[in-house]
Amino acid sequence: MNKEEILAHLPYSKPFLFVDELLEIDENRAIGTYTFDAGLDFYQGHFKDSPVTPGVILTETMAQIGLVCLGIYLSGSAEGGMPGHVMLTSTAIDFMKPVFPGEKVRVEAEKVYFRFKKLNCTVQMINAAGDVVCKGTIAGMVTNKMNA
Amino acid sequence: MDREEIIARLKPIVSTYVEDKDQLENLNEATDFIKDLRINSANLVDIVLDVEEEFGIVIDNLSMEKMLNVGASIDIIETKLVQQ
Repeated sequence: MNKEEILAHLPYSKPFLFVDELLEIDENRAIGTYTFDAGLDFYQGHFKDSPVTPGVILTETMAQIGLVCLGIYLSGSAEGGMPGHVMLTSTAIDFMKPVFPGEKVRVEAEKVYFRFKKLNCTVQMINAAGDVVCKGTIAGMVTNKMNA
Repeated sequence: MDREEIIARLKPIVSTYVEDKDQLENLNEATDFIKDLRINSANLVDIVLDVEEEFGIVIDNLSMEKMLNVGASIDIIETKLVQQ
């Protein structure tokens, strides 16, 4: 599968699509970018008068670019395989720096293992200055059906 | 290695993923990982990967799908140990 086909298979849309472009993808890793639109609704309340991107949204962004794109690639590239859905099953993330509205980030994911339909990746998010803003491990099950 | 010995080595692996420690005390061949121990499919994969490491065996997809309870898992482990 190529990058365009993978993006076309993502099951998200605005305001919950957190992938702009995929820069690299192969059987071991995925790299992509996303720019946080300052108009996203959650900035109004997180926090009052001082918007900063919630950690759960940073985690979601790393999951969409890292785990989900890689899971679609791996399932869709397998012999006779169909691009699957990825159900998030665990996360362990450390947060180092804030990400403000309008910032562009790059996510890099490395496969740890993909066995028995479970994909486990190490992920990190890097800001425009080149600093790691958050990193950790994300895992999910690659399934044929959504929510199953 | 007899079946009791395999259960004794399975117990610490399984315990990592189980909240209900009472169920763990009563672990026997009929214990179902999902129904009795409430382990999700993702952690079931982790258990199988840990079993591979503990017993020095490689488990294929077809065998993994059968490892839904303790007894079936022991069967698979015994089969794989003999094959080596």
